[in-house]
Amino acid sequence: MGREGESPDRCEEIPLHEREPERASLSPYTVKLDVFEGPLDLLLHLIKQEQVSIYDIPIARITEQYLDYLRRMEALDLTIASEYLVMAATLIYIKSKMLLPAPARAADEAEAEDPRQELVRRLLEYQKYKAAAELLWSRAEREQATFTRGRLETDETNPEVNATVFDLFRAFQRAMERLKERQELVIAREQITLAEKIAELRALFRERERVDITALFEAACSRRELLILFLAVLELVRVALIRLVQTERFGRILALRASDVDPEAEATALRMTRDDHAD
Amino acid sequence: MTMRIEELKPILEALIFTASEPITEQELAQILPEADRATLAAALEALRRDYEAEGRGLELRRIAGGYRICTRPEHHEYIRRYLKTRPSARLSMAALETLAVIAYKQPITLPEIQEIRGVNSARAVRTLLEKRLIEPKGRKPVVGRPILYGTSREFLIQFGLNDLSELPTLEDFEELTEGASVS
Repeated sequence: MGREGESPDRCEEIPLHEREPERASLSPYTVKLDVFEGPLDLLLHLIKQEQVSIYDIPIARITEQYLDYLRRMEALDLTIASEYLVMAATLIYIKSKMLLPAPARAADEAEAEDPRQELVRRLLEYQKYKAAAELLWSRAEREQATFTRGRLETDETNPEVNATVFDLFRAFQRAMERLKERQELVIAREQITLAEKIAELRALFRERERVDITALFEAACSRRELLILFLAVLELVRVALIRLVQTERFGRILALRASDVDPEAEATALRMTRDDHAD
Repeated sequence: MTMRIEELKPILEALIFTASEPITEQELAQILPEADRATLAAALEALRRDYEAEGRGLELRRIAGGYRICTRPEHHEYIRRYLKTRPSARLSMAALETLAVIAYKQPITLPEIQEIRGVNSARAVRTLLEKRLIEPKGRKPVVGRPILYGTSREFLIQFGLNDLSELPTLEDFEELTEGASVS
């Protein structure tokens, strides 16, 4: 029921002229159920079939026929789009309202509202667009019968002509650069392991109390090295050898040797980095 | 010393023939600084009448604000024999209805389209976007900021329109349908 689609209609691309005759010969027992574009379309068809005026719809009769159509759809196991059910509810509501005697007060007023008014307005509006759609269809029909000269093959549309010897040289250069990058990556893979990086960092922190981690990250020359560095820093934080501090949000990250971490040293360190920033 | 109409006509014809899209009077004027605009317009009109008068297989049409040389529709059978093609898949009625609503009510949002058609129109809108017949024209400044849709230049080309004013007005359809439903 909540199926996304226009209607229970599954024939999206069938040309109109193949569908129209079916619609014209629609009789209660040989219904082709896939011809309506929605509840408004179905209602217009029923109104035309019954030869009644759109301004004075016999609501009981039309509602009965409308529901009958939905029942046939159900019998054929077609999913009924929710819009059809909403319209069914609307029709039944209008029908029940028309059965009730009009309130005395409303009868006095010149404009006692017809419960069908809103539906008639929607039908009339929809009918206009349906006619406009048919006009577009006939225009498209005419346009399909006209031809223009095919596209000329110019330099713009032909990339084989468009490429010069310089383009070729540039492509070669790019390929060489890619090759170089790949070689660097292989060397890096052989040289650095996570254990080695951790050892390297431990050595660094034996010498220094304060290391700018952001700078360390920036110095990494490959994705892999960056990743290993990141994991190594996490590891050192985990074993509580270092502590990470940040001077400001999104600012540079500093690592402090954990044994030296006391409130005063931290404050000094922060002050110093702020001075760095000021430069 | 400006070019005369008779000099301009064959040049314009050659240019319009070469252009793969409708070529505008402004584009032609840029290519032909030798001609003044009034003469250019007169030459285009004279060329169009030549095509009309001589019982030719081609016609010069005004499409999407430009000029284009097209075959006449009455010869389509012979052209199809040569091209060995059949008319391509047309738009569904659902897509055409949606296109009609957009053409007359643009810029319009999807919920507004659905209100008029009484059915979910998301798929039809997607089809029309894929075929480049409609395009987004910004967003409506209401809750949810829904996308506003309008017809494209491709719409004018595919439906053989010079501009939107060539479409009959909605009131014309009203008279038409009223006559039908009252009878």
